[in-house]
Amino acid sequence: MSDVLAARSQMAVSLAFHIIFAVIGIAMPVLMVIAERRWQRTRDPVYLDLAKRWARGTAILFAVGAVSGTVLSFELGLLWPRFMELAGPIIGMPFSLEGFAFFTEAIFLGVYLYGWEKVSPRAHLLAGVLVALSGVASGIFVVIANAWMNTPTGFTFANGSFSNIDPIAAMATPAAFPQTLHMTLAAYAATGLGVAGIHAFLLRKNPTSAFHRAALTIGLLVGAPAAVLQPISGDIAARYVARRQPVKLAAMEALYETRAGAPMTIGPGIKIPYALSLLAFHDPHAVVQGLDDVPRDEWPNVSLVHLSFDVMVALGTYMALVGLWAGWLALRKRDFATRRSFLGALAIAAPCGFLAVEAGWMVTELGRQPWVIFGILKTADAVTPMPGLIVPFAVITLLYCGLAVVVGVVLYRQIIQSPGV
Amino acid sequence: MLSLPNVLAGIVLVSLTAYVLFGGADFGGGVWYLLASGPRRAQQREVIAKAIAPVWEANHVWLILAIVLLFTCFPRAFAVIAIGLHIPLTLMLIGIVLRGSAFVFQSYGGGGGRVFATASLVTPVLLGMCVGAVASGTVWWGVRDGSFVTSFIGSWLTPFAFAVGVFTLACFAFLAAVYLTLEPKDAQLQEDFRTRALLAGLAVVVLAAIGLAVFPEAPSVHAGIIALTAAAALTAFWSLWRRRYRIARATAAAEVVFIVWGWAVAQYPYLVPPDLTIVDAASPRVTLELVLTAVLVGAVVLFPSLLYLMRVFKGNRALKGRLGDDAHP
Ligand code: HDD
Ligand code: HEM
Ligand code: HEM
Repeated sequence: MSDVLAARSQMAVSLAFHIIFAVIGIAMPVLMVIAERRWQRTRDPVYLDLAKRWARGTAILFAVGAVSGTVLSFELGLLWPRFMELAGPIIGMPFSLEGFAFFTEAIFLGVYLYGWEKVSPRAHLLAGVLVALSGVASGIFVVIANAWMNTPTGFTFANGSFSNIDPIAAMATPAAFPQTLHMTLAAYAATGLGVAGIHAFLLRKNPTSAFHRAALTIGLLVGAPAAVLQPISGDIAARYVARRQPVKLAAMEALYETRAGAPMTIGPGIKIPYALSLLAFHDPHAVVQGLDDVPRDEWPNVSLVHLSFDVMVALGTYMALVGLWAGWLALRKRDFATRRSFLGALAIAAPCGFLAVEAGWMVTELGRQPWVIFGILKTADAVTPMPGLIVPFAVITLLYCGLAVVVGVVLYRQIIQSPGV
Repeated sequence: MLSLPNVLAGIVLVSLTAYVLFGGADFGGGVWYLLASGPRRAQQREVIAKAIAPVWEANHVWLILAIVLLFTCFPRAFAVIAIGLHIPLTLMLIGIVLRGSAFVFQSYGGGGGRVFATASLVTPVLLGMCVGAVASGTVWWGVRDGSFVTSFIGSWLTPFAFAVGVFTLACFAFLAAVYLTLEPKDAQLQEDFRTRALLAGLAVVVLAAIGLAVFPEAPSVHAGIIALTAAAALTAFWSLWRRRYRIARATAAAEVVFIVWGWAVAQYPYLVPPDLTIVDAASPRVTLELVLTAVLVGAVVLFPSLLYLMRVFKGNRALKGRLGDDAHP
């Protein structure tokens, strides 16, 4: 394994691990706040139980998110010092703002988790709201940094260095809007349906539990609208990619030749005529650039990007359908808890959002290759001169595998297996 | 002196100092968790875990802030340090991951107390070794003389860096023990932490004296700062002796602040000695101006929130709350 490949793999493992906790950290506070608000309004103890139990789970996941995020901040330099040296002055701004968002998040999470008896009920709820807001803000700031890597703006590039740096213009990079929108919705969809799905599974075994009913409803309240909106935001993202990163789009769609009226390819073989032109440019006859427009050594890994994209879209379609089904049942005031087929579909949707998030990031990151800053700096030129990078890659991978198992066991004991449910 | 790069370097130093004072003490708490002993061993551990739980994540963010500000304002310094200290930094990260996650696992009944405590012992040493390597001017840009060992190991695996590592650990343990004297209601537990604070404080002083005397690469700390440090150390000992724990907390913190700033002043104007200065490493002016604005605005939000956190969990109200809990079990 070459050092660049080891570094890329280490980055991929660290990010893929962190994103799970980040997604939960963004959305879970919203669920807790809803549950607590319902407890304060109705005094139904089920909601208090729910808020407290979710808070315990979130405490565990948040800690793992915080430490794995710390690893990432260092890894940006440990693995890609040349990238950070060039990009730091330009995209340091969102990272610095993110730092402050982390502070508010960590401070008010402390108050929320350990302050049940120490602050007034209103202050406690407000702390939860602040955690939820700063969670979204921190997600948005990092994703802006990533959007800049996809569509770099705010500088003049000549002779291997940047001049006329404008960090504000860099934050207003074109990919920022579609990516932050799509990512924030993804967090709510994945976590909301994840929670609803777990409780749907448990309700099928124990249909009278008021606890699981309450949890399912709150999960759907957050997850279903986001899941329904997600394909729309994905379409917006795809159209930005089509304009700004045509090679990535070609890889996503496995389109080898530039052509008008391009078809959509699903999996390895199925083709839908005109669909790609229609989706990417909202015009069935639009010309879509193919991979043949750039030299072979500037192609990303087409099969992986294409596969990841198809996986994301398939999962997203399924989740949106489940979301619509939930909406339809809610409109007709039907009881979710007694529809076994709906509960089954929801239980299947539980892991889908997380898988779609991973697949979506594979599309974004693998699709940008061989560039780390699109069109400016190649990944291979950004890597550290430190040799033997396979060793830290192996160590970090083992560490995270172990951690994932332990987190699973602790959560299971803490949340699911506890008495009184 | 008061140029824009210097101001931002000062801000990076402030967040690093805050990390030492708060995050450092959380690591020190882990050390005393490991070394808990005597008849009140279980109660000691309970006090430590309770003291750390609500605040450690907020305290930890100081490190992230320092790193983020460093790579935004002084990207070249970040790159040099990340290349030259790849190995100890990676080891330190593993320590941070194990400490943080094992701590929550043990808080929620998942076990892991021993991992938490061991990682709390090792991580500060690695952090100190990185600082020691930077201070002694051996951190190198990329491959030196074509040799892996000189470039990536020789810079930090030195007796001096190791001494700084052990010294860092002693400082963290000292801070933790002093802060912990204010946590328990039980007078005997307080005495346990008082003894530990006195011993650790002694270790800090002895290690500092030996270090400055033995190692030629030790930074030449300004005599005035040494005097201030000594004065703070003496007051801390006196107040611990007289059981004036609030004064002890303030003076112990001051002592450690003087130690960190003594190092910083000694290596000024170099960010990464021997040749990377603050000015050379600085980002363009726009970036520095924007970051300074962001920091000032951020501080307006941050400091009231931090104060609130500390008041809720470390202030008089918290103590009252705890007594109240006992009245209604
Ligand atoms: C719950 C998760 C989820 C779901 C259901 C979807 N996506 Fe997605 N997608 C993501 C989660 C995600 C993400 C959070 O993983 C990414 C990675 C980078 C980003 O900003 O969002 C992403 C990236 C991403 C990109 C690449 C953006 C870029 O590289 O700049 C496109 C074109 C789409 N998505 C399109 C879609 C479409 C057409 C969907 C239709 C169903 C869809 N996504 C569902
Ligand atoms: C799209 C990708 C990312 C998202 C959405 C995201 C979001 C989050 C969120 C919500 C948290 C709060 C902790 C939690 O909830 O578990 C967090 C923690 C953290 N993240 Fe990420 N993150 C992403 C990628 C990154 C990257 C690339 C970095 C590194 C530069 C990073 C650095 C951090 C750090 C340092 C923390 C710890 C903060 C703390 O102690 O509270 N994250 N991240
Ligand atoms: C958390 C969600 C994310 C995931 C799952 C993810 C995934 C990946 C993957 C798979 C790679 C390796 C690509 C390859 O080399 O083939 C990579 C590389 C990288 N990512 Fe991301 N990424 C995420 C978010 C981010 C964000 C928010 C940033 C912001 C700065 C970022 C910065 C980088 C950098 C600097 C590299 C290395 C250079 C490169 O390979 O292009 N990533 N990421």
